[in-house]
Amino acid sequence: MNHYETVFILNPVLSDTQIKETVQKFNDYLVSKGAEMISKEDWGLKKLAYPIQKKKSGFYHLFEFKISGEEISAFELEFRRDDSIMRYLTVRLDNHAAAWAEKRRERKTAKK
Amino acid sequence: MASIEQQAKGGKSADVRYLTPLDIETKKEAKYCRFKKKDIKYIDYKDADFLMYLVNEQGKILPRRLTGTSLKYQRKVAQAIKRARHLALMPYVGDLLK
Repeated sequence: MNHYETVFILNPVLSDTQIKETVQKFNDYLVSKGAEMISKEDWGLKKLAYPIQKKKSGFYHLFEFKISGEEISAFELEFRRDDSIMRYLTVRLDNHAAAWAEKRRERKTAKK
Repeated sequence: MASIEQQAKGGKSADVRYLTPLDIETKKEAKYCRFKKKDIKYIDYKDADFLMYLVNEQGKILPRRLTGTSLKYQRKVAQAIKRARHLALMPYVGDLLK
């Protein structure tokens, strides 16, 4: 089991329910592959620094989870298959990164 | 304009010459690595506002000789900026970012 973090950008033309469905779909996919979800973050509609697919904004979502390394390529394939995903990035978190992610989470919950 | 010989003799018409080096403060402020100093171990690609300090106004990554970052962290900075660019948190090319 490795610690991973994925950020993905959803197409801004989607409706709220479609977004929820897509996010839920990927969440379910991960859980079905035996992932342990640690956190989910919704950054909302953000302006992009440069246009992607001629769109100037997108819905950012962040997943943090633990899964074995072999599942990652299949998971990223799911992203590539889905038209509503404009960009994605999965990174493995090392110990320092995981510590930072935890700190970040705490700060988030403290704000709320 | 006096001839060189006259100048050397220190004639009245000689231009101003300095026999001793001018007393100009040349000691520069010592550079330091901000990540080492503040004990930052991980540079977050999601924090685009912070990474903006490490690029110039065209969005290019600033060299170590300007920021003072140590080699170890410069590699991480570069990695983080490239990730941020991929996710459109930072521009690949920009104009007047600052």
